[in-house]
Amino acid sequence: MSGGDFVRRDRAWHPPAFTPQYKTSVLRSPRRALLSLEQSVGEKTGPVFTPDRLDPLDNDLLANFQTGGSPIGERIILHGRVLDEFARPVPNTLIEIWQANAAGRYRHVNDGYLAPLDPHFGGCGRALTDGEGRYHFRTVKPGPYPWRNNGSDWRAAHIHVSVFGEAFAQRLVTQLYFEGDPLIPLCPIVNTIPDPLAIDLLIARLDMGEMVPFDCLAYRFDVVLRGRRSTWFENRPEGN
Amino acid sequence: MPVDYLKETPSQTAGPYVHIGALPSVAGLPVRTQEQLHVVAGAASAGERIRLEGIVLDGSGAPVKDAVLEIWQADGTGRYNAPGFFGWGRAAADFKTGEWFFETVKPGATPWRDGRMQAPHISVLIFARGINIHLHTRAYFSDEAEANAADPVLRAIEQRHRVDTLIAERGARGGQIVYRFEIRLQDDAQETVFFDM
Repeated sequence: MSGGDFVRRDRAWHPPAFTPQYKTSVLRSPRRALLSLEQSVGEKTGPVFTPDRLDPLDNDLLANFQTGGSPIGERIILHGRVLDEFARPVPNTLIEIWQANAAGRYRHVNDGYLAPLDPHFGGCGRALTDGEGRYHFRTVKPGPYPWRNNGSDWRAAHIHVSVFGEAFAQRLVTQLYFEGDPLIPLCPIVNTIPDPLAIDLLIARLDMGEMVPFDCLAYRFDVVLRGRRSTWFENRPEGN
Repeated sequence: MPVDYLKETPSQTAGPYVHIGALPSVAGLPVRTQEQLHVVAGAASAGERIRLEGIVLDGSGAPVKDAVLEIWQADGTGRYNAPGFFGWGRAAADFKTGEWFFETVKPGATPWRDGRMQAPHISVLIFARGINIHLHTRAYFSDEAEANAADPVLRAIEQRHRVDTLIAERGARGGQIVYRFEIRLQDDAQETVFFDM
């Protein structure tokens, strides 16, 4: 195992567990304080996903439902880098995404929203970052959709993002939003995050530099995982 | 001004449709149907074959039927990332019952920071709608009483009755060793211990 401990999570920056404006959190939030401990080998290691676990179309949501047709909606490239808090790239790590279709409907047995399924869209993708922490997907921009929270709240258009990093301590699941969406400030789930600067990190930016002419627009979304400290003066027993 | 670093991307709930990305065949997608992410042990994995199963309960005692769990563990000899043993798994709670399970091996003991040994345990992460940032706990084993008593993490739990919330109970069913691990997200007396590590 290489490297030191991961920087502590700033729990005031993340959403707290108990956020009554998001009603489902009320009964699913621990009441006891988290037990704060130093990391050991199981927190400082994690699964190593290799390219043979992935299919070549896994990062292309325009094609990976494999129906031969193309989904309806605004075609976009979603790309960015996975970095740590020290701005070091996180290479060869698994990033997974899932999303609703352009009408705001998920292809999921439990989604009963009246908007139609798209016969050519699954909404599931994954990729490994390259040596410099870069990733890219091709998909459609998802639509907003209503949900039962306070009557009919509306989710801002979003894509769910899951990242592993190099250790279980870095595991992160989040959602990205789209620059300019007027539903962002109205969304109770966005607003579980207390600091507007933190919310700002979840907003993918229109990236005209990477748009493909006469094909698709591009959005950029960078992910930052916990950083790993140096171990300059630390002298610990073998096996740490 | 202190030195400025990048801030970690804030977490958001995995939501009710997490299965689409995490376990697409559970969501009903006809893709990746060969993946069996809840099966962690392969033919060459070192260690005793076990089934780790349980349920996640909310603050009213109702099962959390849309939870997704991930585990990370050493092999039977206490090695992480060991050859022939991937060590990571993912499982969904059953939509009707809330029950989940993994097929794996019982891990060996692993070192703590000071060279003492930690009792065998499996790290468990819980993701679900209503959980804004994933919860991190550990499943220890009821037949390891001596090792559990010496475990530096279990010893750090001040309210001693809560240690039991991290112990999976050993049993057998149909010739298979089964450990049961019930996770209580919110409970006055027996809320599962969750970590910030």
